[in-house]
Amino acid sequence: MPTAAEVKARIEAAIPGATAEVSSPDDVHFSARVVAGAFAGKSRLEQHRLVFDAFGEGELGGAIHALSLKTETP
Amino acid sequence: MTDQASNPIRDAIAEAIADNRVILFMKGTPDQPMCGFSARTAAAVQSTGVAFAAVDILPDPRIRQELSALSDWPTIPQLFVDGQLVGGADIVAEMYASGELHETLGVEPPEDGPGAAPEGEPPARGPAPLGIDNRLS
Repeated sequence: MPTAAEVKARIEAAIPGATAEVSSPDDVHFSARVVAGAFAGKSRLEQHRLVFDAFGEGELGGAIHALSLKTETP
Repeated sequence: MTDQASNPIRDAIAEAIADNRVILFMKGTPDQPMCGFSARTAAAVQSTGVAFAAVDILPDPRIRQELSALSDWPTIPQLFVDGQLVGGADIVAEMYASGELHETLGVEPPEDGPGAAPEGEPPARGPAPLGIDNRLS
């Protein structure tokens, strides 16, 4: 099971300049607030897709199914 | 993609999206949602009073697979309006709270503002769910 720290690291590694605050009460459900300059000019849909793309397949890929996501520009 | 062969499930999903101005793909039905994200999203759409079609993706795992391939969106629920993906649970909740959801659906938000998203207690009556699984037999 991924931890909140792993989810945070994954998002920040995948989106240059992103800052992610990730919390999880149980390492199953995650809540993330992601602030990134890369979101500028993108729709909310595209912003969320950028974050989803950070997860890819594999173990972390499952985490997005229980991820509550909020995206913002700095 | 080498997938040029006929794909009846994807075709049925595309047709359902084209045929229904507002359509929600969810786990369970608005009356019996099987997931908290789906429950909240269905309740938000229902509270606008706009009629919508609902498709339960659970009966066949291929529905979800094909839907995500079509929409480039990995999670459920997914709300479509006028053939376009509007978003999943978080985006719909944000739009509900800001009044954007009402705007997108073409109705007036309540005068006191929509406020926080409803907590998914579905009303007793709702639009009949569209059984997409039945269309695929």
